[in-house]
Amino acid sequence: MSVISLRKLRRGTTIPALILLAWWAVYAFGITDSKLFVPPGQVLTAAATLSEAGELWPAVGQSLLRAMGGFILGAGIGLIMGVLLGMSSRTERFFSLTLHSVKQVSLFAWLPLISVWFGYEDGSKVVFIALAAFFPVVLNTLEGVGNVPRDWVDVARVSHFTPWQMFARLVLPAALPSIFNGIYLSLVFSWLATLGAEYLLGSGIGLGTLLFESRAEFKMDVVLVGLVLTGFIGFALDIIAKATERRLLRWRENTVGA
Amino acid sequence: MAHAAALEIRHLNKQYIVDNQPMPVLENIDLSINPGEFISVVGSSGCGKSTLLRLIIGLEKEYQGEIRVDGQPIVGTSLERGIVFQEHRLFPWLTVEQNIAVSLLNANQSSKSKHDAVHAHIEMVGLKGFENAWPGQLSGGMSQRVAIARALVSRPEILLLDEPFGALDALTRSHLQRELQTILRQEGITAIMVTHDVEEAVYLGDRIVVMEPRPGRIKRVVDVPLARPRDRGSYAFAAIKADVMADFSEVIAPPEPAPPPTHGLSPSWRFSW
Ligand SMILES: Nc1ncnc2c1ncn2[C@@H]1O[C@H](COP(=O)(O)OP(=O)(O)OP(=O)(O)O)[C@@H](O)[C@H]1O
Ligand SMILES: [Mg+2]
Repeated sequence: MSVISLRKLRRGTTIPALILLAWWAVYAFGITDSKLFVPPGQVLTAAATLSEAGELWPAVGQSLLRAMGGFILGAGIGLIMGVLLGMSSRTERFFSLTLHSVKQVSLFAWLPLISVWFGYEDGSKVVFIALAAFFPVVLNTLEGVGNVPRDWVDVARVSHFTPWQMFARLVLPAALPSIFNGIYLSLVFSWLATLGAEYLLGSGIGLGTLLFESRAEFKMDVVLVGLVLTGFIGFALDIIAKATERRLLRWRENTVGA
Repeated sequence: MAHAAALEIRHLNKQYIVDNQPMPVLENIDLSINPGEFISVVGSSGCGKSTLLRLIIGLEKEYQGEIRVDGQPIVGTSLERGIVFQEHRLFPWLTVEQNIAVSLLNANQSSKSKHDAVHAHIEMVGLKGFENAWPGQLSGGMSQRVAIARALVSRPEILLLDEPFGALDALTRSHLQRELQTILRQEGITAIMVTHDVEEAVYLGDRIVVMEPRPGRIKRVVDVPLARPRDRGSYAFAAIKADVMADFSEVIAPPEPAPPPTHGLSPSWRFSW
């Protein structure tokens, strides 16, 4: 187990390491001195300067706060709606079609509407992120709850499950793998939407704002600091989500046949 | 605890709708089962054996005719009726122990006595040490044994078994046949068991119901007037087995032509060209 994940980690870090090496080499051997990009060392210096000036971490914190707020709001509503609508096959068919069509509206097309309703402050950013987080959770929950195998429902009926037991002991655990797919996607979307919202709605501090403002001022080192941090945070969210999933779906780990 | 229940099936007809066409699955089933009696059901694949059990357990609403337990028409499922499905149908997110406890979830017992009952049954089906295993970690035969324990642990008045021992090795199989027989006798449980194994049907059954397909009907009912425990080697046992077998092969044999002679090659070479 630990050997495998170590090997996986090594395989996963090979390409980034090579890119980093090439990046460093291009500047170190004087192949270029383009001002559109900066050597790796300068990015670290920029990060240190920003951090000391007290600009970096508050921005990261604000962005994370927005992302989590939107994620919890959107995923929470998505989960509840998905469960309620998925319990009846008729509402499921009706709403899943509606939701699939609404989903086709590009997320960014909602922005004008959201900004009119909620302004340009944090409220509208969180609403935008929540919208991004909502769709994957509601659709996957709907699917998971609606597709509980009939064989298992029979078992529950033979044991005279109450409606609550049906839900808590059958429907929810049976739908959990699917729900998790949704939550995982929702987390990724939340983070993407956070940067998008900060860019398009401006105002307030945040990682996205930092990124796009420094681009305007042509501070490429700061842009790269933002870029690298964004990647790292996305990566960390990914790891947290996967670890939580493994814990909750422990029973899927040890399977003879799979 | 449980008292033996009588089961009365009258003019039972069942059809499924396939492609908007009614397809008869069971036709005019009549069967009276005495309290504590063991009924074996044999018949070729697709003749409606599982459907019959689904009807008796109360999972099918649509049917014509009557199914009465102790004179009362059945309404839906009941804790007094238990079933071992043809597939094990364990919940993969529950351990062996938790899966068995599912059928006691709504039983009127203290949690201590539930816990003890679950453990006694884990031991009975030979899965001690696997209490906390996930179903995904079990073999087919082990899963089937968990399903048997799940059905037995709640001590229903009527127990339905759909090929419960199909996936088991010969040794475990005869061990569980004996255990089942003991429990049923002790508790006076009425049982209906579907099986493809005629020997098993004769060994356990007080009567054997032979079914024929398209639509599923009862062809005949064979009495097994042998004292228990039964001696599989006895002449009387062999005679009843042969009698039922004859019925069975009539149904199964025609579509299957005899294998061609294999010119001195061993039978396992038959498919090697
Ligand atoms: N839900 C259903 N909808 C439509 N047809 C069904 C359904 N369930 C069963 N059938 C049909 O009813 C017939 C009897 O099925 P059943 O499962 O009762 O057979 P069986 O005797 O148990 O067979 P086997 O020995 O293979 O388990 C089959 O032709 C099957 O295709
Ligand atoms: Mg069957």
